[in-house]
Amino acid sequence: MISWLANPERFSRIFTPIRPYVGVAAALMFMWGLYLCFASPEDYQQGDTVRIMYMHVPAAWMAMAVYLIMGIASFFGLIWRHSLADVAAKAAAPIGAAFTALSLLTGSLWGRPMWGTWWEWDGRMTSVLVLFLFYIGYMALHAAIEDETRAAKSTAILAMIGLVNLPVIKFSVDWWNTLHQGASVVRADGPSIAPDMLWPLLVMALAFKLLFVWLWLLRIDTELMARRYRALRARLSFAEEGN
Amino acid sequence: MLKASLALLKRDIGLSWSRGGGPILAVGFYLTLMAMIPLSLGPETQVLARVAPGLTWLSLALASLLSLERLFERDYEDGLFDILRGGKLPLEAIALIKCLAQWIGTGLILALLTPMVMIILGAPVEAAGLSLVAAVLGSLSFALIGGVGASLSLGSRKGGVLIALLVLPFYVPPVIFGAGLMQAYLTGAPITQALGLLGAYSLFALALCPIATGAALRSALN
Repeated sequence: MISWLANPERFSRIFTPIRPYVGVAAALMFMWGLYLCFASPEDYQQGDTVRIMYMHVPAAWMAMAVYLIMGIASFFGLIWRHSLADVAAKAAAPIGAAFTALSLLTGSLWGRPMWGTWWEWDGRMTSVLVLFLFYIGYMALHAAIEDETRAAKSTAILAMIGLVNLPVIKFSVDWWNTLHQGASVVRADGPSIAPDMLWPLLVMALAFKLLFVWLWLLRIDTELMARRYRALRARLSFAEEGN
Repeated sequence: MLKASLALLKRDIGLSWSRGGGPILAVGFYLTLMAMIPLSLGPETQVLARVAPGLTWLSLALASLLSLERLFERDYEDGLFDILRGGKLPLEAIALIKCLAQWIGTGLILALLTPMVMIILGAPVEAAGLSLVAAVLGSLSFALIGGVGASLSLGSRKGGVLIALLVLPFYVPPVIFGAGLMQAYLTGAPITQALGLLGAYSLFALALCPIATGAALRSALN
């Protein structure tokens, strides 16, 4: 299945027509999610600021999920040498970096009224900041190596090494005493968060996921087109020299 | 194979000394940073004693970055790697040997200076032994992780800064453990946890980094 899809032509043929629908679905989900955010009750302790959560938590989830996707795509690119996997990993990086920055920013804005500080060097914030640095390093390395195949290989190795940070982020709230609360949605005994707040959170999470898929497909397609363009130009200038 | 490994190790250590640069540069940088700490924070001994372990480890990490750029670059450019690949040693072993040479040639010398730096900044003399052990362990992981960064950025023309960006996030855990270890020792708290974590991190680096470096070298050479 994966090898069958790894053909860039086939990939574009299947996913380019689907893409606009994903975009529309993301927009609708955001409208619904934002409505739910403002219709949901205030927190009895936090008041209105609890609504920051509906941005902060999905963004943080996506920050990790996108890195995981990048790591998996890099693995496929490195082992099976699917160039589409390289493109997919490269295309995901800036989106993941943006989600990470968003989760850090919203966290900072939320921390000020709740904890009385813009920033706290606790385990989770520090490890997410390191995740952001990994995204930056990944993009810088990709930009610094001109040869596309070599850049893909080197960045794939880097992305896979960086995967060690994900469990650190996930379990940081258990390993260190911190201001961040423990897991409250994905738990063995069911979510401990109130259903009134769980719903908007889940809808927003889905909206973020759709937004990512839409942007990702768009960036993959753009990259494939750019490569085709470069290949055509190279062939054209080669033909001109021949004449 | 052992003979080839030893020959390569000897050659690399010799090169780092004979061409100047390497250790002298790093040592000078380390000591300059040390001198700048009291100049920027003010010379009050109590303030300095409190920040001495952390800033010493930070300086050690930064000084370990310096000579990484040249770790593989020269041999990559003059084609030595192509000759070495024809021999019996796999690229992973070559990577490991070169990183060990970097550790012996630069890292260990920085580690030897670490107790002195910490004492000058105000840590008690009794902490010297422990700080040396910790710095030896830490500098091993710095050299091995540095090898990964150096091999990944081969042929990128942005060498130094790029390596720093790639490598420094991975220097964070040993800096935390190393500085935490000294802080624990100075406050009389138990030190086994931090020392164990620091050792574990270096051993992990010893096991995994040569594989990643070897893969990156292979991709650079093809």
